[in-house]
Amino acid sequence: MTAVLTAPPASPHRQRARRRWIGFAVAVAVLFVALALSIAIGSRTIDLSTVWRVLWHPDGSAESAIVHDLRFPRTVLGLGVGAALGLAGTVMQALTRNPLAEPGLLGVNLGASTAVVVAIAFLGVTTASGYVWFAFAGAALTSAAVFALGGTGRHPTPERQILAGVSITAVLGAIVWAILVLRREAFDRYRHWDVGSFSDRDSATVTQILPFLVAGVVLTLVLGRQLNALSLGDESATSLGARPARIRALGLLAVTLLCGAATAAAGPIWFLGLAVPYAARMIVGSDQRWILAYAVILGPALLLGADVLGRVLVAPAELPVGVVTAFLGAPLFIALCRRRRLSSL
Amino acid sequence: MTATLEKRPAKRAVVRAGAFSVRLYPRALIVGVVLVLIALTMALVNLTTGDFPVPVGEVLKSLAGKGTAGTDFIVYELRLPRVLVTLLVGLALGASGAVFQSLTRNPLGSPDFVGLTTGAASGALIVMLIVGGGGLQVSAGAITGCVVTAVVVYLLAFRRGVQPFRLVLMGIGVSALLEALNSYLIYRAQLNEAIAAQVWLIGSVNGRGWTEVVIVAVTVVVLVPLVVHYGRHLKMLALGDEMAVLHGVPVERSRAVLALAAVSLSAGATAAAGPIAFVALAAPPLAARLSSSPSSGILPAAGMGAALLSAGDWAAQNALPGNDIPVGVITAALGGVYLTWLLFHEKRGARA
Repeated sequence: MTAVLTAPPASPHRQRARRRWIGFAVAVAVLFVALALSIAIGSRTIDLSTVWRVLWHPDGSAESAIVHDLRFPRTVLGLGVGAALGLAGTVMQALTRNPLAEPGLLGVNLGASTAVVVAIAFLGVTTASGYVWFAFAGAALTSAAVFALGGTGRHPTPERQILAGVSITAVLGAIVWAILVLRREAFDRYRHWDVGSFSDRDSATVTQILPFLVAGVVLTLVLGRQLNALSLGDESATSLGARPARIRALGLLAVTLLCGAATAAAGPIWFLGLAVPYAARMIVGSDQRWILAYAVILGPALLLGADVLGRVLVAPAELPVGVVTAFLGAPLFIALCRRRRLSSL
Repeated sequence: MTATLEKRPAKRAVVRAGAFSVRLYPRALIVGVVLVLIALTMALVNLTTGDFPVPVGEVLKSLAGKGTAGTDFIVYELRLPRVLVTLLVGLALGASGAVFQSLTRNPLGSPDFVGLTTGAASGALIVMLIVGGGGLQVSAGAITGCVVTAVVVYLLAFRRGVQPFRLVLMGIGVSALLEALNSYLIYRAQLNEAIAAQVWLIGSVNGRGWTEVVIVAVTVVVLVPLVVHYGRHLKMLALGDEMAVLHGVPVERSRAVLALAAVSLSAGATAAAGPIAFVALAAPPLAARLSSSPSSGILPAAGMGAALLSAGDWAAQNALPGNDIPVGVITAALGGVYLTWLLFHEKRGARA
């Protein structure tokens, strides 16, 4: 008996638990590396010891100004947006039980875009911090509409939800195009926002979206256990004491908060919400609490990594981060679809 | 035995003449004819309206070769190319969508979704914004982009045969990638070029000339009969490969020919008018609904495409007075509304 206790045979359960913790530690380490690189690397690369010194003791030097005025807000923004999109994707996939659900594919990004276009073209809004409220309203309306259209009914299938997203995207896209064709000066502003970038956002944007981000993240993390119940199907979830309708409503609120804030700040960024939960699920299996925890770490790590890559690849110019994530995320998506069967949720 | 075979349900008729036999579905036939008539009527209306309204009688006289020099100029030089491009592009898109949806056994399997139109757009944008070409070069770029994308998507989806759903997924993945490329190309371009590219991206028939008419006409004349000929096998293919082989359908050949022809149809259409959204997606199910058959024939779908696009172009010219908005805006809006309606309508059904 004691022998068994001192040298327990590694049960599959325990192995998995260990794997989760090790994976989590690795993910956190990767995130820190990404944070450091994001502050250090750019058109003027600053070595890490200098970064560390001026970060705590601003000395008025050029390096100090770059770190504090440019790189630091940008990195914080990447951190927030990455976490938000990773979590939003996870919640969307769990709520819809659709492995393809993603803010971009389900039209939420374009909802935000439409509102921003309206703001630029008709209300004369010109600053990123002015876009926030419009992007927010747009994302909220669209996600509600997409869920109402595709997420209910007796047989909500993945295709149906994507179809709902696509139909809404089409209507909104038509509105955007019509406005942009008629208002050329709005088009010029819009194309810079639409590509998804961190480059001309200031720290005001960060402080503006921060409350929404925090609320969304907290709400999502609290929901983890209920999402697990929901993954069994509505009937089983009800018999376990969960309330599917309430979970959906709260989840929808969380998605709106997260997507609206992220899209307002950075512009539409595709595929992060798809790639992050996939990666997390590959490591931890199907427990939503773990997937959410991983999403908070992996989302920013991936997004910051993409941002750094965008600065390095075509230096001294810059690739917008939205382009980089699409170029990294799409092949990953394709590879995953090729490898696994789709019924993984 | 022969008696029972000949005794078919009332909804179809068989015409036999020696070795030649055709099965006709009267309702589908009527729907197809009516749709073509609607498309032609819309085309005629489009010929009469514009900055200089020309009465129907004058237009018809011009078309018959007896018009005055003024109306001849307006009809032949300004309006007819545009009207013909609209009709033919609509036909091509409708037919291509019908083939795709039936091959992939998925309502989302239209050229919009498997990434073809985005691929064509990328090809055209690269020519416009990086190479700096125009006119025919842009069309060539669009066709190249479309075909290359089709091959890539097909190869990616190929794994011991092509599974329809995987094909759609690969298409979504590839088109998201290309979408990012497109918006980056527009982002880094000069403003004027970017606007021109954006207008092209929306899909428009404004200012199309006889060159575009020839491009899309050749595509339609060569490929639509081919598609209709091989389209006989689509119903068998829909039952599954084994079934189709058992019934003597050359599975791989039919599928390859059909897919290639559908890709080329959509490439030709995009080369002439830009990536017009949603016609290929919405026309086949709408036609199927009208002809009350589970799957739409290729010809009714093509007729529906032409009718939709002609009506869309009329709306585009008249929606905002003084502004000729691209027809792609109208089709996207209508298509989106249609899809939304479909989703509401079929909420109880199991069909996606």
